[in-house]
Amino acid sequence: MNDVLNLFANPDLVFLRNALLVGVLASVSFGVIGTYVVTRRISYLAGAISHSAFGGIGAALYMNKALGFSSVQPIHGAIVSALGAAVITGLVSLYAKEREDTVIGAIWAVGMAAGLLFIDITPGYFEISSFLFGDILLISSQDIAMVVILDLVILLITSLFFNKLLAVCFDQEYAGLRGVNSSGFYILLLCLTALTIVLLVRIVGIVMVIALLTLPSAIAGKFTSSMGTMMLVSILFCMFFNVAGLGVSYYAGVSSGPTIIVIAGLTYLTVISIQRIKTLVQNG
Amino acid sequence: MKSDNAIVLRDVSFTYNRGPVLHGVNLCIKKGDFAAIVGPNGGGKTTLLKLFLGLLKPDTGTVEVLGTSPGKSRLKVGYMPQHATLDMHFPVTVMDVVLMGRLGSNFWGWYSSDDRKRAEKALKEVNLGEYTRNHFSQLSGGQKQRVLIARALCSDPELLLLDEPTSNIDEESEQALFSILKELNTRMTILIVSHDIGFTSQVVKSVICVNRRVNIHPTSAVNGALIKDIYGGDFKMIRHDHRCSEGGHFHE
Repeated sequence: MNDVLNLFANPDLVFLRNALLVGVLASVSFGVIGTYVVTRRISYLAGAISHSAFGGIGAALYMNKALGFSSVQPIHGAIVSALGAAVITGLVSLYAKEREDTVIGAIWAVGMAAGLLFIDITPGYFEISSFLFGDILLISSQDIAMVVILDLVILLITSLFFNKLLAVCFDQEYAGLRGVNSSGFYILLLCLTALTIVLLVRIVGIVMVIALLTLPSAIAGKFTSSMGTMMLVSILFCMFFNVAGLGVSYYAGVSSGPTIIVIAGLTYLTVISIQRIKTLVQNG
Repeated sequence: MKSDNAIVLRDVSFTYNRGPVLHGVNLCIKKGDFAAIVGPNGGGKTTLLKLFLGLLKPDTGTVEVLGTSPGKSRLKVGYMPQHATLDMHFPVTVMDVVLMGRLGSNFWGWYSSDDRKRAEKALKEVNLGEYTRNHFSQLSGGQKQRVLIARALCSDPELLLLDEPTSNIDEESEQALFSILKELNTRMTILIVSHDIGFTSQVVKSVICVNRRVNIHPTSAVNGALIKDIYGGDFKMIRHDHRCSEGGHFHE
C-alpha cells in the first residue's frame, strides 16, 4: 500500500503516474472501439492503420527538425496519417473487393517504409524503438488531456449512433436498405479506430497496439451476448492489462509495452484453453 | 397514378465482369402475388433480387418497384437475406436484430416504444414471441430465418423479398415457414428466391424462371417440358409431394 501512495506522491515517478492515467483513461476508447473491430472482423485493417501511423510520425519529425515547424509533433503526424490510412483502407475494402488483402498489406508496409525514409533524411538521431514498441517516458500531461478529449468524442459518437453502428456491423447491406449510410458509418468507424490506436501508441507502440485493441474484446466476447456488455467488459480487461503491465514492468525493470501485451495474450490463451477444456469435459 | 403492379422490369440487361447475367428482361409482378424466382445457379436469381432492391443498377432498361425507382421504394420493401451470410458469433439478441427493421425512421437511429411494440408483434407473427432476449446465435437455422423475416416485417413492408428462405432448414421448419408466408400474403406481395421448384409450386401463385432470360408462369403451368426449358437439359422428374392438395400435381 505504501508503494502505491509513494507512487502518487513521488515527483520522480510522475512518468509512471501519467502512464497509468493514460492507460486507464484510454481503456474506455479501446474497449468500445475494440469491440467494433473484433465483431466487424477488421483487425487486419486496424493493423494496417496503426502501422501506417509510423509514416506520419516520420513525416512530422522531418517537418519539425528539417523544415523548422517546431509546433509539429510526432503525434500530430500519427493522427493525420492514421486517419488517411483509415479512409483509404475503408474505401478499398468497400469498393475493391477482390484485391482487398493485397492493397491493405501494401498500405501496412508502405506506411512503415515511408516513416523510416523520413527519419533517414531528418538530421539528428532518434530512438525509433520508442515509437515502435512504446516508451512511457514520452508521455506528457498534454497526452492525458488528449486522451480525455478523444474518450469523450468516441463515447459521444458511439452512443448517439449506437443502433446504426450495430446494424452496420451486423449486416451492412441490410442497414443500407433501411436508409442508413452504411459506407459512411463504416468509414467513420475506421476513423475512430485510427484515433483510438494513436492514443496508446506511446505506451505499447505501433507494432503491438493492435493486440491491446483486440485482445480485451476477444476475451469479453467469450462471456457476453450483447454489444453493450461486451464493450463494458472489454474496458475493464483493457484497464486491468494496462495497470498490471505497467506495475509488473516497473517492479521487474522491463519495458512496459511488451509486458502489457504478454499479460493480455496469456490471459486470452488461458480463457480459450479453459473454455476448450470445459467443452471437452462436457462432451465426455 | 396508382399502379397495380408491385414490380415492373422493362428491357433490363445486366452484365458482370465475367459476362452477361440477364438479357432483355421484361417482367411484371402484380400486387398481391406470391411469386417464386427459380432457375439454375449462376442463372441470375440473386442479380434479379438485387436489381429489385436497387443494390445493383441495370446496364440498360428500367426497374420500377411499387410505382417508383428501387432507391425510393426501399423503405417500403422488406428484405430477408440468407442467414448463412451473417456472422453467427456477433453479440446481438433476437430483439436487437428485429429492431434493425425500424432503423429508417429517424436520424439518430434510436428506437421508440412504438418501434419495440412493432418488433415484438413481428416476432409473435413468426411464432418466436418468447425469444426476444435470446442470443441470435443460439437459435436454429429455421428460427434465425424467421427472425430475419420478423425484421423485414416490422418495417411494415408492402413487398417482401426473401432470398432462399428454405436453404439450411429442415422440412418441418420449411412447412412452418410457408404457412406463415401464406398468411402474410393476404396483406403483402411476396417474392421468394428458391432452388426447390417442386416444393414452391405448392404454395406460390406464379413462378418466375430465370436463366439469362426471364419467363413468368402461373404455378399450374410448371411441368416437365417447362423445367427442361429452364434448366436447359433433360431431367429425371421425381414426384415429391410434401403434402396432399386437392388441386393435385402437374409433374409428369
